[in-house]
Amino acid sequence: MRQIYEFAVGPLAWAAFAVFILGSAWRFYSMYTLARKKDGPFLSYMSWKFSLRSIAHWLTPFGSLGWRENADVTIVTFIFHLCLIGLPILALGHVVLLDRYQGIEYWFLPEGAADIMTLAVMACCLYFAVRRLTNVTVRYVGSVRDFGVLALAFAPFCTGFLAYHQIGPPLAMTTLHVLSGELMLMAIPFTRLSHMIFGLFARAYVGSEFGGVRHAKDW
Amino acid sequence: MGIEARKIEDVGLRTGVSRLTPEKIQKAFKALMAGEGGARLKTYVETCVRCGMCAPACHYFLSHGDDPSYSPVGKVRQTMWELIRKDGRVDPEEIYGMAQVAYTECNLCRRCMHYCALGIDTAYIMTVVRRLCHKLGVTPQYMQDTAHSHSAVLNQMWVKDDEWIDTLQWQEEEARDEFPGIRIPLEKEGADFMYSVIAPEPKFRTQLIYQAAAIMHVAGVDWTMPATPGWDNSNLAMFSGDTEIMGRIERFHFEAAQRLRVKRIVMGECGHAFRAVYDTGNRWLGWKMSPVPVIHSVQFFWELLNEGKITIAKKFPGPVTVHDPCNVVRGRGLMDKLREVVAALCDDIVEMHPNREHNLCCCAGGGVINCGPPFKNVRIAGNKAKADQLAATGVKTVVAPCHNCHGGLDDIIHHFKLGMELKFLGDIIYECMERPED
Repeated sequence: MRQIYEFAVGPLAWAAFAVFILGSAWRFYSMYTLARKKDGPFLSYMSWKFSLRSIAHWLTPFGSLGWRENADVTIVTFIFHLCLIGLPILALGHVVLLDRYQGIEYWFLPEGAADIMTLAVMACCLYFAVRRLTNVTVRYVGSVRDFGVLALAFAPFCTGFLAYHQIGPPLAMTTLHVLSGELMLMAIPFTRLSHMIFGLFARAYVGSEFGGVRHAKDW
Repeated sequence: MGIEARKIEDVGLRTGVSRLTPEKIQKAFKALMAGEGGARLKTYVETCVRCGMCAPACHYFLSHGDDPSYSPVGKVRQTMWELIRKDGRVDPEEIYGMAQVAYTECNLCRRCMHYCALGIDTAYIMTVVRRLCHKLGVTPQYMQDTAHSHSAVLNQMWVKDDEWIDTLQWQEEEARDEFPGIRIPLEKEGADFMYSVIAPEPKFRTQLIYQAAAIMHVAGVDWTMPATPGWDNSNLAMFSGDTEIMGRIERFHFEAAQRLRVKRIVMGECGHAFRAVYDTGNRWLGWKMSPVPVIHSVQFFWELLNEGKITIAKKFPGPVTVHDPCNVVRGRGLMDKLREVVAALCDDIVEMHPNREHNLCCCAGGGVINCGPPFKNVRIAGNKAKADQLAATGVKTVVAPCHNCHGGLDDIIHHFKLGMELKFLGDIIYECMERPED
């Protein structure tokens, strides 16, 4: 088990980051190339000003009509994404690992706060899962794949929580935590999690078109 | 639940699918994806996280007791996702359903873009589905007729070249009783602007041409209309998926203005036509923005009032409410100018809610009303939400500066017995403006 753990935090971690970074870069580059080839006229409308204006509104809780009219989803979505992105970067265990392997040291979250945020991510996942089963529209358009993506996001936080609280065999749980985190990282460019990469650009395009051509807000 | 449970017989759709096989459909789909299916479509389809937040954006969804198959994402699920999942190898009967969804259950109003955090343009996805249906020859009969008319005579209503000129001269003559010096200047080179209208105006709404001429006359503006094809600014080929004809119509429209060497084009009170000229046709023709400056009547009237070329002699008796047409508000941001014009004409305005960019659609645009009688009840039942919104204002007059909106709102006003009347801005300006002594 120790060897698996060492492999997971060593070479596999490098591989996971490489797949995530290079995969995302490749996905972005190939999408951009495709856009240049087939959507050239549309690219010409891209504007930093209107892109950022639109993104800023959509990154503000209740800053758009869609957020306002889906209040519960809005609250859960913002908590979920803040914790999902913030926790892996600022959790004590991760900062310690970075310090040990790379000599990089920075501020980390108090353990209590990290614990609450972990629970929050799991609770949000549960909310999304229940919503997938109960909301008529989401059920109508959803598939098993959506639960798969949700499970990808849930697993590292669940195993991290269990490992931190020493529930189950600590090393095995920690190894599972590392592996599931790496799996999620590697899945980002190639699954629906790619909305992390493309969502911002789609919003930027809409913002540019609405701002620069249609002179109307898109939020 | 879903389109299979609500198919409506249409001879155009039925004849179209009768000629298809799954192999033919797949071939056309693959060719479309290889040629026109770019990064936008790929991004939209890939990044949708199936959150369903867009559902309450759509008037069809709201009007059908939250039936998810009417939600924007529900429509994509029944069409584009299915096509991609099966790599285009679908049964002809499925294409029938997809055509019915794309042509008659989405107005391309883009309200759902205000609901999607990921910026997915469902209206664009529906236009790609329509494009495929067009390439497969599966288009609603009435809409295809208008596209044929555009193709043959370059206007939507089979108006012949001489009939167009005769109609203008007839209206000019009629108006001379009221305004002895009035002209409808045809082919006046170097005029300040070319005024263009949609073909239903000379066909059966000639009073709108009369009113426009009266307003131009009183305002003393230097204007003209072309005597050649290019006078019709409407474009139903844009909605049928016939992009080639769409572009050809716009080229004639722009070239009519360029030939007349006018400074700009002023368009009548039509929303979809404005979208075609300002937002869609120019792109197909390779222009980032329209090659001749184009303004909609809302802006034109706003200028006339602000420059003092038109003065209002009496206020229109209110209260009135204002409907924001998607193509000039979400499409051109004219909500403030629209309100300023209405405020100049009437003292009592009751806002409907939601309004401005968030306004609910009329359910006629996007070519839906042009799919004709077989689908009339679809758009009436599909817009109970709008009827409720109108009724909640408690007023008897709705100002809507768009032809399609008039068509759609008129139908729901009658069906739901709202007892309201519809007005164009031109109707009210004509009625309330100060007239010269002549």
